[in-house]
Amino acid sequence: MSSGTAWDQSLRQEARSRFDRLGLPSRKNEAWHYTDLSQLDLAAYGLAEPMPAVIADPVALHLRNGFLCGVPPLPDGVTLERLEASAAGQALVGRLLPVDDRPVIALNAGLFTDAMVLRVAAGARVRAPVNILWESLADEGAVQFHQRLLVLLEQDAHLTLVETQRGQGPSFSTRVAEFQLAPAAVLQHVLVQDDSLDAVHLGSSAVVLAENSAYHGTLLQLGGRLARHELHALLDGSGALLSQRGATVALGRQHLDNTTRLVHRAPSCQSRQLFKTVLGDHGHGVFQGSVLVERSAQKTNAHQLSRALMLSDRAAMDNKPELEIYADDVKCGHGATIGDIDRQQLFYLQARGIDAPRARQLLIEAFLAEVLDPVTDPSLRRHLTALISARVSGLGAEAAV
Amino acid sequence: MSGMLLEIEGLHAEIDGKEILKGIDLRLPQGEVHAVMGPNGSGKSTLAYVLSGRDGYVVTAGRVLYQGRDLLALKTEQRACEGVFLAFQYPVEIPGVTGVTFLKTAVNAVRRYHGKGELDAMQFMKLARAKAKELGVPEEMLKRAVNTGFSGGEKKRYDALQAALLDPRLMILDETDSGLDVDALRMVAEGVERMRGPQRSMLVITHYQRILDYIRPDRVHVLVDGRIVDSGDRRLALELEKSGYASYQGKAA
Repeated sequence: MSSGTAWDQSLRQEARSRFDRLGLPSRKNEAWHYTDLSQLDLAAYGLAEPMPAVIADPVALHLRNGFLCGVPPLPDGVTLERLEASAAGQALVGRLLPVDDRPVIALNAGLFTDAMVLRVAAGARVRAPVNILWESLADEGAVQFHQRLLVLLEQDAHLTLVETQRGQGPSFSTRVAEFQLAPAAVLQHVLVQDDSLDAVHLGSSAVVLAENSAYHGTLLQLGGRLARHELHALLDGSGALLSQRGATVALGRQHLDNTTRLVHRAPSCQSRQLFKTVLGDHGHGVFQGSVLVERSAQKTNAHQLSRALMLSDRAAMDNKPELEIYADDVKCGHGATIGDIDRQQLFYLQARGIDAPRARQLLIEAFLAEVLDPVTDPSLRRHLTALISARVSGLGAEAAV
Repeated sequence: MSGMLLEIEGLHAEIDGKEILKGIDLRLPQGEVHAVMGPNGSGKSTLAYVLSGRDGYVVTAGRVLYQGRDLLALKTEQRACEGVFLAFQYPVEIPGVTGVTFLKTAVNAVRRYHGKGELDAMQFMKLARAKAKELGVPEEMLKRAVNTGFSGGEKKRYDALQAALLDPRLMILDETDSGLDVDALRMVAEGVERMRGPQRSMLVITHYQRILDYIRPDRVHVLVDGRIVDSGDRRLALELEKSGYASYQGKAA
C-alpha cells in the first residue's frame, strides 16, 4: 500500500476491523433502507493492482482504479500533493467525514490507494476549472478499488472543480471526498457519475463550511448498475451557503440513490437542494434528504425539493425527506413530487407541429436542464448538457407506449 | 373545390363521457374570418380543442373537412403541419425549453413535413429576428424559456410570433382576449389583423364582443349548449352585447 505512512496505520487498521464487524449495509440499517447491499459479493471483486501506465499530456488529474497516472498543469494558486506528503492533509483526512458506524466509509478508509490533497491558496480566484478523472478499467475481470480526495480552500479562495467517474466493465468502487471551506471561500463542484452500467459505485462528499463560504454542487448520476452518492454537509460558520442540484437518470435496471445529510450548526446559513430524477423501464431512484437544524442555528433558511419524472410504470421512486429542527426562528421546507410528462405542455408543442416523440424528448431534457442553471461556464455547461442529452436520447420515443 | 377551407358537419363530441358538442354545423370559406360567440360552458373551447386534436376529446358523430380532407383523421402535429394553428386561451409555460429551441424545432418540423430542407441555426435566427421585429417582440424573449414568467400580453404576442413563423391557413383563436387589458388586447388584435389575407381563414372564439371591435368578422355564429343557434353578420355580435345570451339559452333548453 503506497500510502502506508500517510494514513495513520492504526486508523486504517481500525477502519478495517470496523468494516469487518459492520459488513456491507442491508436494509436493516436505516440509512440504507432503500439501497440494500447485503446481497453484493464483495469477494468477487479482486482488489485492483497498481496501474503502471502514465498518461501523456493529461488534461485532468487522472486516476485509474484508484492509482494516480497523470497530473495536468495546474492553475496558479492550486497545489496538489499526495496525502503521505501533506501534513495539512494528514491532519484533516477522515476528520470531516469520520468512519463512525458507516460501513462504506470504513471500507474506503481501510483500503483507499492514492489519496490526493488539493489546496487553493488564500485569495486565489481560480478561473479555469480543475478536472479530476476517476477511471475504472475492469477488462480483466471484476475489480474493486477505493478512491480518496481532500480539498482545502483557504480563506476567500475560489475554485471550480469537475470530477468525473467513468469506466468500463464490472467494478466495485468507493470514493470519499472531503472539502474544507475556509471563511469566504467559494467552491463550484461538479460531480459526474457516468460509470459503467456494470459498475457498483458508492460516492460520498463531505463539506464543512466556515463563515460566509459557499458550496455550489451540481451532481449528475447517469451511470452505474447500482450507485449512491451521499452529501454530508456541516454549515459551521454564520452566513454560509450550500446549494446542491442533482440530475439522475435511472434506466434499464439501474438503481441510483441520492442521499444528503445537512447539519445547520451556525446561524444565518442557507441550504438549497433540488434533485431531479428521470426514471424509465425498471429504473429505481432514491432520494433521502435529511436536514438537522441545531438549536444554535437561528435564522436558518433550508429548503429541499425532489422531483421525479416517471416514464414507465415499472419504474420506482423512493422519497424520504427528513427535517429535524431544534431552533425556533427558521424557515425550512421540503417537497417531493412524482409525475408523468405534463399533458398540457405536450399538447402545446404538438399543436405547433412537433411530433409526440420529439416533444417528449424536449420536455425530458427541459426537466433536467434546470439542474444546470447555476453552471455559468459556457463550455462546461455545454459538456454537461451533452452528457445528459446522450443519456436520455431516444427516451421520448420509448415513453410513447 | 368549393372555396371552403373548413366544413364542420353534425359534429358531436364528449369528454369523460359528457357530451359537450351536440351537432355543430359550420362552414368557413377561404380568406374569411368568422366569430364563434357563446356563454361559459357552451362548448367554445371544446370546439377549439376538437379541431386541433387534443387528447381526451372523443368525437361521437359528424365530420370535419379541412381543404376537403378528413381533419379528424390527422394527429395534432399533422394538423399543425397542414396549417391549423390554435392560439391558446392560456399559453403554456415550459421551463427549461428556450424560445429558440422551441421555435426552431417547430419551424423545422413543419418544413420537414412539406419536404423542405431544415433551417440551420443561422438561417433560423435571421428569420426569427425579422419576424420578432415586425411584431415588436423583444429579441430577449427568444432566449427565455417558453412563456415562462411572461405577462398575459407577452404570452399572446409570443403566440402571434409563432403564427407568423408557421404561416398557418387556419387560425383558431380560443378566447384570446382572456386576461388582457385594453391596450394589450388592441396590440394582439392588430397583430391578428395583419395576418388576415385571402389565403388565411380565422375562427375567433370569444365570450365578449370587444375583441371584434378590432378583428372584424365576416360572419358571427352563436354557440349555446353545444349547438350553433344563430348566425349572422357583424351586427349580430353588437346585438349580443346588448341583449346577452339569455334569449338563446331559453330556446336551447
